[in-house]
Amino acid sequence: MDFNYLSFIIFVPLLGAALVAFIPGLNRNWIRGISLLTTLVSFGLAVAVFALFDHSRLGMQFEEFYTWIPAINANYHLGVDGLSMPLMVLTAFLGLMVVLISWKEELRAREYFAWLLLLEASILGVFCSLDLLLFFIFWEIEIIPMYFLISIWGAGRKEYSSIKYVIYTLFGSAFMLAGILSVYFTTGSLNVVELTRNGIAAGAIPAVAMFFLLLVGFAIKLPVFPLHTWLPDAHTDAPTAGSVMLAGALIKMGGYGIIRIVVGFFPEVARDYSFWMVLLAVIGIVYGAAVTLRQTDLKRMIAYSSVSHMGMVLLGVFALNEVSMTGASLQMVSHGLLTGLLFAMAGFTMHSTHERDLRKLGGLARQMPVATVVFSIAGLGSLGLPLTSGFAAEFITFTGSFASTAFEGIKILVVISVSGVVLAAGYILWMLQRVFYGPPQAQFDHAHDATAIEKVYMFAFVILIFAVGIYPAALTDIMKMAVMPLIK
Amino acid sequence: MDFNLLKPELTLLVTAIAVILLDLFVSRKGWLTVLSLIGLAVAGFFTFSQRADLGQTTFNNMLAVDNFAFFFKLLFLGITAMVILSSTDYVSKFKNFRGEYHALLLLATLGMTLMAATTELMTMYVSLEVASISLYALAGFLKDGKSSESSIKYMILGAVASAVLLYGMALVFGVTGQTQIGAIAAAIQTSGYSGLMDNPALVMGVVLIIAGFGFKIAAIPFQMWVPDVYEGATTPVVAFLSVGSKAAGFAIIMRLFFSAFEFPESLSLDWGAIYAALAVLGMIIGNASAIPQTNIKRLLGYSSIAQAGYLLVGLATMGIAPASEVIGRSSILFFLFSYALANLGAFAAIIAIGNKIDSDEIKDYAGMGKRAPVLALCLTVSLISLIGMPPAAGFIGKFYIFNGAVQSGLLWLVIIAVLNSVISAFYYLRVVKVMWFNEPASLEKVPSSGALRLSLLITTLGVLAVGIVPNLLFTFAEWAARMLRF
Repeated sequence: MDFNYLSFIIFVPLLGAALVAFIPGLNRNWIRGISLLTTLVSFGLAVAVFALFDHSRLGMQFEEFYTWIPAINANYHLGVDGLSMPLMVLTAFLGLMVVLISWKEELRAREYFAWLLLLEASILGVFCSLDLLLFFIFWEIEIIPMYFLISIWGAGRKEYSSIKYVIYTLFGSAFMLAGILSVYFTTGSLNVVELTRNGIAAGAIPAVAMFFLLLVGFAIKLPVFPLHTWLPDAHTDAPTAGSVMLAGALIKMGGYGIIRIVVGFFPEVARDYSFWMVLLAVIGIVYGAAVTLRQTDLKRMIAYSSVSHMGMVLLGVFALNEVSMTGASLQMVSHGLLTGLLFAMAGFTMHSTHERDLRKLGGLARQMPVATVVFSIAGLGSLGLPLTSGFAAEFITFTGSFASTAFEGIKILVVISVSGVVLAAGYILWMLQRVFYGPPQAQFDHAHDATAIEKVYMFAFVILIFAVGIYPAALTDIMKMAVMPLIK
Repeated sequence: MDFNLLKPELTLLVTAIAVILLDLFVSRKGWLTVLSLIGLAVAGFFTFSQRADLGQTTFNNMLAVDNFAFFFKLLFLGITAMVILSSTDYVSKFKNFRGEYHALLLLATLGMTLMAATTELMTMYVSLEVASISLYALAGFLKDGKSSESSIKYMILGAVASAVLLYGMALVFGVTGQTQIGAIAAAIQTSGYSGLMDNPALVMGVVLIIAGFGFKIAAIPFQMWVPDVYEGATTPVVAFLSVGSKAAGFAIIMRLFFSAFEFPESLSLDWGAIYAALAVLGMIIGNASAIPQTNIKRLLGYSSIAQAGYLLVGLATMGIAPASEVIGRSSILFFLFSYALANLGAFAAIIAIGNKIDSDEIKDYAGMGKRAPVLALCLTVSLISLIGMPPAAGFIGKFYIFNGAVQSGLLWLVIIAVLNSVISAFYYLRVVKVMWFNEPASLEKVPSSGALRLSLLITTLGVLAVGIVPNLLFTFAEWAARMLRF
């Protein structure tokens, strides 16, 4: 038997969570140390999977298969392909980063790190599961740590935001569960690989019904306009590490689910409804960007920009073309890095200045030069500057969608959606200008620049952003191999 | 007549009497708990040693000793053991009658084990009353205002339900001339009824029987007693009745409807539809009424109405799709087991907390995460299981029930059910929120006895174990669902 990479990647953080939560009398250094060590091991293994990944092979790799509940044909089935592997690595990376970002957390540190590690483990589980029941279980587990993270360590209307997040997600997963049950009833299988390969023959339950039941759950998470309203609240009120995980990894579960499960299982239905989905995507892109322009709160602004950027994922997916779907997959990874860093930097800025109102901030370039540079790189990546990952992802998505033949007139919609990029340039540059430039203000003189640990995570993010931007083929090649069979 | 087959029941009876006698002679009342637990263990041992002889009837076809009864016997014995363990703190409040308390619990258990085994209308009624009358007395055990009030309410409404049930049974007997369920089925088939509507007396009979048993399982609209009794009655008794009584009710319904009213198919379609309607009502009204509750016992009362709604989805599956009936039945068994674990865990925590703070108001649970982290954690796990979120047992239970329903073409019912699960998250999580996020009124620790902690440990670990590796229970439930058909 080969080494079970994926199980270890998922369960090492879980072990860390258990250790942190249940060993009595740990002091803060031990708690941080265990968290750092377990996330580091998990990330190291994820990098090993990335390095050992066979670029020339179609289908799943690193598969693990054990019988779990034979009575309903559910199995412990893990595996990654070119679509899920980059997201898995991204999550492991962010998991490590958020431990560093939270290094100074003092409030109830034991619980805090335990929840953070549990959150990471559950998201990793979602990306690695190839059994619908297992997938759903990991999907649901994630709700609990996020609920606690927002409502204890959050800010603002944290209790409202956390319960709103829970209710939205549970609402979506209720539909998803009904969809999974329908699929299971029609085919008798919960195996994602088999279901994608064999397709789902229409039975007593129409395919359209299953398609939409499954879609609702993922659409809430992505989020798709008009189901996005939980996102700004949750992202804004979550603690910094929570926002990074939410924006960086968690909402990618929605996009991943749409590609792997919704489109993968029902390519014909996806084609039938691609016009409506692309329309929602375009509304999301433009509306999200327009609303972002109006925000005055630093975190809320970044949160709304996510609505716009995730609209591009939806656009790429439902343009149903090999290139556009590859672009959408890359956009998820890129957005995870960029918005992860943006939230980390927003958190850093807020922590340093005790101010998050864009109208009151200003002139910080003088007091915190390193942070200014890093924040600017994240921002420029987010608006799609060449050489950053944002450019590669958006360029591929838009060119792919423009060439799509999914329906008549998609070109017009794509052209409209490109205006989202123009608006992005507006809000990003305006934000950078308002926060960092202009005359330095005396009340921010106490603000300190990045310390050693903060520099570590900032530079790690920056390196990856440029790496993906300069050589996207490292990811796009395998992503293409993964999405190709889905839409043939 | 083979008395060997009755050993578990006889053991319970003898233990109950022995506990009362022992109460007269010992001054350290802890021995009563020990003796009761020993009695339960011996009964469990006898039940277990019967597993080679399953699949027969005794006492002129009045009692079945089959897989189905085996499952429920073990379930009831386990429930009673957990309740007795969690009662140790609580019973020290009683000045007298601790022997009677344990004896009544054992007698109620006896009634329930018989309910799961009876195959004949008269024994059904008698075993139901054995269980019910013990419970009426137990509900009022505290003898304060609220407790007595709840006991009286429970008894009067219970008596009405019994009368309704008896009337229904009489009508069925009048139509078929039989009381043994197999003979009833034969009579219905030979008479050539094609549906309930063919014979008004049969309609009345079946509907009244559904109503009578509906009282036991707290199905809407026969649930009026639930909130008041849950709030007022002795807490360990509420725990007992919320899981034991409900499970016994489902056992007897499954036995009766599976054997007596299964064929012709149009007949089972009719009662399946009735149960589907009751399920919708139970889930919606139970969950909606639970939201504004401020008392945790009342909240769990409404929650138990909603949980009965999910279980009724399983009964509807049984009726509507005889093809997937094994799933319908085994999923009910699975759900009952996981529901019992979660509810017993929740009540054990509530007993311990209630003992200390002398209140069941949710707002007084503020800061329990700090004052009693273990209790709060166990209560949280139980509540998460009741919502039906993984990795707790409740999730797999719901998945299993809904899976059966989707297979029988009840997708609409499943959508209503899963949406209700979302609504329920709202009030269950409110309790979690108060415990972990609100500031405590005082920082005093909440003490609990070793016995209570043991039962809390068993139920909480059980909830997680069944949630993560459900296979053993799956196989057991599936096996138990293949019961005797008469």
